[in-house]
Amino acid sequence: MSDVLAVAEHRRGELRDVSFELVTAGAELAGDGNLHLAIIGGDVDAFAEELSLDGVDTIHTVAEGDEFNHDVYVQAVAALYEELAPTYVLMGNTVNGLDYAPAVAESLDIPLVTDAIGLENDGGLVVTREMYASKVESTVEVDADNAAVTIRSAEWEPTEAAGEPAIEAFDFELDESRVRSRVTGFEEVGGGDVDITDADVLVSVGRGIEEEENLELVQNLADALGATLSSSRPIVDNGWLPKDRQVGQSGKVVTPKFYIAVGISGAVQHVAGMKGAENIVAINTDPDAPIFDIADYGIVGDLFDVVPELIEQFE
Amino acid sequence: MKVLVTVKEVAEVEEDFELDGLHVAEQFLEYDLNEWDEYAVEEAVQIAEENDDVEVVSVTIGPERADETIRMALAKGVDRAIRVWDDALEDVDLLDVGAKTRLLSAVVEEEDPDIVLTGVQANDDSFGATGVSLASAIDFEWAAVVNALDLDADGGVANVRRELEGGVEELTEVDLPAVLSIQTGINEPRYASLRGIRQAQSKEIKPLSLSDLGLDASAVESQLVLTDMYEPQTESDAVYFEGEAADQAAELATVLRDAGVGAQ
Repeated sequence: MSDVLAVAEHRRGELRDVSFELVTAGAELAGDGNLHLAIIGGDVDAFAEELSLDGVDTIHTVAEGDEFNHDVYVQAVAALYEELAPTYVLMGNTVNGLDYAPAVAESLDIPLVTDAIGLENDGGLVVTREMYASKVESTVEVDADNAAVTIRSAEWEPTEAAGEPAIEAFDFELDESRVRSRVTGFEEVGGGDVDITDADVLVSVGRGIEEEENLELVQNLADALGATLSSSRPIVDNGWLPKDRQVGQSGKVVTPKFYIAVGISGAVQHVAGMKGAENIVAINTDPDAPIFDIADYGIVGDLFDVVPELIEQFE
Repeated sequence: MKVLVTVKEVAEVEEDFELDGLHVAEQFLEYDLNEWDEYAVEEAVQIAEENDDVEVVSVTIGPERADETIRMALAKGVDRAIRVWDDALEDVDLLDVGAKTRLLSAVVEEEDPDIVLTGVQANDDSFGATGVSLASAIDFEWAAVVNALDLDADGGVANVRRELEGGVEELTEVDLPAVLSIQTGINEPRYASLRGIRQAQSKEIKPLSLSDLGLDASAVESQLVLTDMYEPQTESDAVYFEGEAADQAAELATVLRDAGVGAQ
């Protein structure tokens, strides 16, 4: 039996999906123990109502600020930890999660395991996580009484069933002198004339294309199919395509009828942006590439052999 | 002004590999500079180019083998390097974030930098946590996943963009001193020039042991124990097209045409 403190996440007035997944993971981990859920900042009362879910015992609201600020989060989570003395603190392995969870663990002097894809609590915490760009899975045992863990998005099902947790406003006094960063705004990336989220068919190119001049090949395929060209992150990082063509966690989420992944290995950040496609075609030299796990149609082969043949089929 | 940049040598696993207990067998590993750190190094060097009197120092936790990788950073404009290693580290399977934080904190104490740049994460163990943990330990402010940096050293502020999910960027002011974790794509990492490579040969890589840093073996005791390692089971339901490229392409074309894709 372990008490768990999970921390919800929101942005620009909306709860993020990982909040609902944290409830699932937290309830599993807590077992017969209590699941506490912290909501820090934003419209905490509305969020508390939305997160009154099955498995949550108590919701603690901290009405401090509108948006995420890591200095506020670290202080609030540390104060809740002192008050509630949970065994484990559970947070999202998101961009904001990684902006405060390590500081929470460090300031509480408890070990941190990030990017968990599996959790087992059997007299001690055992965490499953990936290494080496998802080529290897490992289990890690936590050799301590307490721990902080961040969970990967979309690995746990979101909890949807309503519950009746107690909702308590947490008595918290912020040390303003320790708030040394200020969020001044948000900006949407984009601005190009192509909207990849609007396309029925996407030909998407990844690292396997090797050189910028080879992009012409996949552009020709896109043209032959009447498709739009998109890409995975490395292509954009290299400056070969603009940011508004990027599919994935930090780019766009797309749901075309056909998604043709050319030379894309299928890293989890990429998959997050395209797994909702109706049909996924993968062309890759590596038969173990994770892209094949979610593909409907697969070609194990060299894109430089396959793509020209495919273009020919449509000419 | 002094910029400290963390440089990690990571092992990359070949397409086909075998496991040897809790490790990937050595012959399937290739060592390289961590991808994210390449961008952090470039950002540090750019800060030095755009401001007066900036020293860029790199810090690496790693064995002597890493010197080759460190030299690449030196060739790109890092002024000098520190490499922390100790016999006590040889047998640690998985160095946890806490242990890395203790080592790097000791280096920060010695070097007293104004800014610390790290990569967002390392390609091997992918914790993505060292920078923020370090900031907390040394009482610096911080920002994670930075994809644009405008440094106002005189004003004591770093104006950054943080790359959030879904194509949204957060604009944030961060008080200095600060630790910033750098995202790929923030800049275009340069290639080392021949002159740079030559100069790097005479730049210092200072090895430091735990005792040099005023630490003992307890500093690297990891609270995480690696207990198993395996290849993930693939669960592919895909229909595979076999044969020569032309046959594969023809079969895929049929599927696409039947679905109305590419129909003229």
